[in-house]
Amino acid sequence: MRTTSQWDIVCTVDDLVPESGIAVWTPEGPVAIFYIPHRLPALFAISHTDPFSGANVLARGITGDLKGEPVVASPLYKQHFNLVTGQCLEDDSVKVRTYRVLLDGKAVRLEVSKAKTLVEAA
Amino acid sequence: MSNKTLIVIGNGMVGHHFLEQFAASPAADDYNVIVFGEEKQLAYDRVHLSEYFSGSTHADLAMGTADWYTENNIDLHLHEQVAGIDREARTVTTAKGNYQYDELVLATGSYPFVPPIDGKDNDNCFVYRTLDDLDAIRACAAGAKTGVVVGGGLLGLEAANALKSLGLDAHVVEFAPRLMPVQLDEDGGAVLRNKIEELGVQVHNEKATTGIVDGEDCRLRMNFSDDDFLETDLIVFSAGIRPQDALARLCELDIGERGGIVVDNQCTTSDPHIHAIGECALWNKQIFGLVAPGYTMARTLSAVLNGDGEAAFTGADMSTKLKLLGVDVGSIGDAHANTPGARNIRFNDEKAGHYRRMVVSEDGKKVLGAILVGDNSHYDTLLQYALNGIDLPENPESLILPESQGGAPTLGPDALPDTAQICSCHNVSKGDICCSIDAGATDLGAVKGETKASSGCGGCAALLKNVVDSELEKRGVEVSKDICEHFPYSRQDLFNIVKVNGIRTFRTLIEQHGSGHGCDICKPAVGSILATCWNEHILATDHVPLQDTNDTFMANMQKNGTYSIVPRVPGGEITPDKLIVLGEVAKEYNLYTKITGGQRVDLFGATLSELPEIWEKLIAAGFETGHAYGKSLRTVKSCVGNTWCRYGVQDSTGMAIFLEDRYKGLRAPHKVKMGVSGCTRECAEAQSKDIGVIATENGWNLYVCGNGGMRPRHADLFATDLDDEQLIKTIDRVLMFYVRTADRLQRTSVWMENMEGGLDYLKEVVLENSLGIGEELEQHMADLVGTYQCEWKTAVEDPEKRKRFREFVNAPEKKDPVQVWTTERDQRRPLLETDAEPA
Ligand code: SRM
Ligand SMILES: Cc1cc2nc3c(=O)[nH]c(=O)nc-3n(C[C@H](O)[C@H](O)[C@H](O)COP(=O)(O)OP(=O)(O)OC[C@H]3O[C@@H](n4cnc5c(N)ncnc54)[C@H](O)[C@@H]3O)c2cc1C
Ligand code: SF4
Ligand code: FES
Repeated sequence: MRTTSQWDIVCTVDDLVPESGIAVWTPEGPVAIFYIPHRLPALFAISHTDPFSGANVLARGITGDLKGEPVVASPLYKQHFNLVTGQCLEDDSVKVRTYRVLLDGKAVRLEVSKAKTLVEAA
Repeated sequence: MSNKTLIVIGNGMVGHHFLEQFAASPAADDYNVIVFGEEKQLAYDRVHLSEYFSGSTHADLAMGTADWYTENNIDLHLHEQVAGIDREARTVTTAKGNYQYDELVLATGSYPFVPPIDGKDNDNCFVYRTLDDLDAIRACAAGAKTGVVVGGGLLGLEAANALKSLGLDAHVVEFAPRLMPVQLDEDGGAVLRNKIEELGVQVHNEKATTGIVDGEDCRLRMNFSDDDFLETDLIVFSAGIRPQDALARLCELDIGERGGIVVDNQCTTSDPHIHAIGECALWNKQIFGLVAPGYTMARTLSAVLNGDGEAAFTGADMSTKLKLLGVDVGSIGDAHANTPGARNIRFNDEKAGHYRRMVVSEDGKKVLGAILVGDNSHYDTLLQYALNGIDLPENPESLILPESQGGAPTLGPDALPDTAQICSCHNVSKGDICCSIDAGATDLGAVKGETKASSGCGGCAALLKNVVDSELEKRGVEVSKDICEHFPYSRQDLFNIVKVNGIRTFRTLIEQHGSGHGCDICKPAVGSILATCWNEHILATDHVPLQDTNDTFMANMQKNGTYSIVPRVPGGEITPDKLIVLGEVAKEYNLYTKITGGQRVDLFGATLSELPEIWEKLIAAGFETGHAYGKSLRTVKSCVGNTWCRYGVQDSTGMAIFLEDRYKGLRAPHKVKMGVSGCTRECAEAQSKDIGVIATENGWNLYVCGNGGMRPRHADLFATDLDDEQLIKTIDRVLMFYVRTADRLQRTSVWMENMEGGLDYLKEVVLENSLGIGEELEQHMADLVGTYQCEWKTAVEDPEKRKRFREFVNAPEKKDPVQVWTTERDQRRPLLETDAEPA
């Protein structure tokens, strides 16, 4: 069951960096958004927090694919995270949160829960 | 059902190997197994004992785990010495009780022999055998200046190296007239001695120690029979080993004249229920002080206990290949030409310090033995000729001559018979390797896993790889030198593809020559290749996603997600005004400030969004990026040189600054460090750098391929008395050749060690222009030098690039909540998990 959610505009296409990530602040904390132009869908969003160090850095990792699955490598200790499922490839027991994200014209919308709004949390 | 009991005394290398074999065999079901080890630790890799001084822990060296013993129902008693054996009652006794056995295995190894010298029991005297010994030596070395090793054999030299690594002035005192008397001849010993003294270990040959007394300048004084003496703070005895046969003597098993538990071909002693393996066992009047024969005994005994009537130990090859203090030494078979009629062929290059002696049979057809000092590249080939009785080529001397003097290329893996032993530690033949490949192993890793080859001393690694590659190729399997799953090419292949096809972006390269989207292995590697070929800004849109985060943001990421800033300070020379700017900027942004090991200043704790602002200020004050984040030139360490120093003979600071300015920004497979010293006192530690320059009366001596870091390597002397122009030209060529041909993340040291032909080859390419690419390398370097830009300058001036430095693109004012700070020694630092503990 999903909680009620809303699709907040977090940035625009111009903020994105092809083949790489950027970070946005949301009511649920920092989120990393990756833009992989040669894939469909081209946008992925996962938590920006690296579970191994606690630092907010995942958007600054190198993206790519392993065995066909899109991944990002943590810039600190280089573990890979599946961009679709959030699963860590090196450690079965670790998974980062994933978010739904979509392109609405030039706006990038991210699905966050309805309880808080961007303004309240910031 | 297990109803019988097998007891193993000794949990060393061979004892453990035996248990591994036995536990996997059918007989394991019939026995309860109990093991007694006198040492506190679980069996560990004694061969690599010295690595304990360079950072390895017991866990790194351990041969198995406690869990493995539990899983295999082996009852392990560590730190419990066996004090006696009752052969009638078939029991062994320890301080904790008596234990019944049906079969008993002695794997008690050996103990270091300490000559009966007055004063040998002084608290500052040690042996070199166990982890506990090393702990004691380390403790004693604190506060000591000098250390002496008594004994110039293989282990003695290793111990001397260890003393050196503990920061002591190391000496070796040897009774015989040469080093390693067992393995080497006079000439070989002399070459080795020269090399070792060059490395700063002093060798005293033909010295017999008569007594150890209190010293005047040091803790101890060693008196010699010739009335000479030597002062030292600690002594390590390494005067040979003796088989640990004390238990066997007590219970009156047959013992050899000079010690050792007598065993037959089945590794069984004079008591049919007691067996002995490893260094404590005496077979055919021989003790084997190496691990490989011990492993063979372990395998034999396991087979014997499984009822294999044909299993037999029939002796072992005692050839050895070592690196002692970084000097190659090899000894094969009948090294001293004791076989009647044997003839010698010698090659001695005194300048390079290479000595090779090959002992051939009377008819000149077979290799009987060999001695190598200074360069082991001929070892594998000679060993294979000797072990497999391969017929020598017509002019046998070609086997030990350098290729430039008509030497033959090394023996290819194809020339080896199936019986050729590739790994002596685990007794793996070429045939075994072929079998494992035929049974489905398709790469080196799988063959290793299947056969265990190369998981012992590691000495066979290069040969194993050659054999596996060649066998796979024969079977039509493509041998993977691929950089990763996206490109079926090595880094060097990719370099050529990029260069020849004029490819300028990762996307073009992967679309035309690879598959998928890339990963964190190939992207930075290609980024570096593109930089070498075209030298465009690393933050150009196409290149941004290729870089490691440190390169993307041109700063080093720290554990809490902030960055450090290291401006370039060429040669370590800095004006007071610039120092003040560093201080002011650090103060403004509350940055933790530290002098680095590279003669410059590191400012820590800047957030992503602060980076461009800080750099704007630094650039305005005349600073440039220091590339502390890049796989590129780091620093050129300098000393003050003849401008100030009374000993200096050239302007080393000036040269260091010149070199740093010339090569700054050069992208390479790994980082590159340089040093320039003003005289042989070497205050800039140039010999530990990738490129080291030391001033001479007549110019500069150039050293190459040194390394500090995890595996230190002294740089090799490459050319002498160069003038400024020759020096630059030579460095240009060496560096460019490295950039083009090294693997990803390969420092120059490893690059050179893996290069076929090694230093000689590099000299041919660079100094003799044997490939005819000298001018091209220089031209390429000139192009790169000419297109240098300070990446930070370009970045701060470009609003598009600056956009990348927003921490949260939608909330510019938001502070990252996990970056929490505290103060220590008057500076800010991140709050660590450990700080949460109450004070
Ligand atoms: C800052 C500094 C330590 C200090 O406080 O002094 C340092 C810090 C780091 N070193 Fe170093 N090294 C520093 C001098 C050295 C030296 C000494 C020297 O250069 O004279 C060495 C040994 C010499 C050598 O490299 O041969 C050294 C050998 C290493 C190594 C091991 C390299 C090797 O070949 O074994 C690494 C790991 C690597 O590069 O893969 C490393 C990696 C690192 C990294 C980049 C680790 C990391 O990824 O976070 C550290 C981060 C730097 C930062 O955040 O700014 N650092 N490091 C020194 C910076 C010097 C400079 O001004 O650029
Ligand atoms: C510094 C160093 C470097 C070396 N380098 C090499 C090399 O490069 N190549 C090579 O082939 N070999 C090398 N060797 C030799 C190699 O380590 C030995 O050949 C190997 O360890 C022999 O194994 P082992 O099991 O017979 O003896 P050990 O490994 O010595 O094990 C015997 C164990 O039995 C224990 N023990 C003895 N008596 C009792 C008792 N009464 N009760 C309980 N336990 C007992 C001992 O404490 C010890 O732990 C090196 C050795 C040293 C010290
Ligand atoms: S290396 Fe030589 S010139 Fe340089 S500071 Fe040391 S003694 Fe002086
Ligand atoms: S020879 Fe020692 S591991 Fe192969």
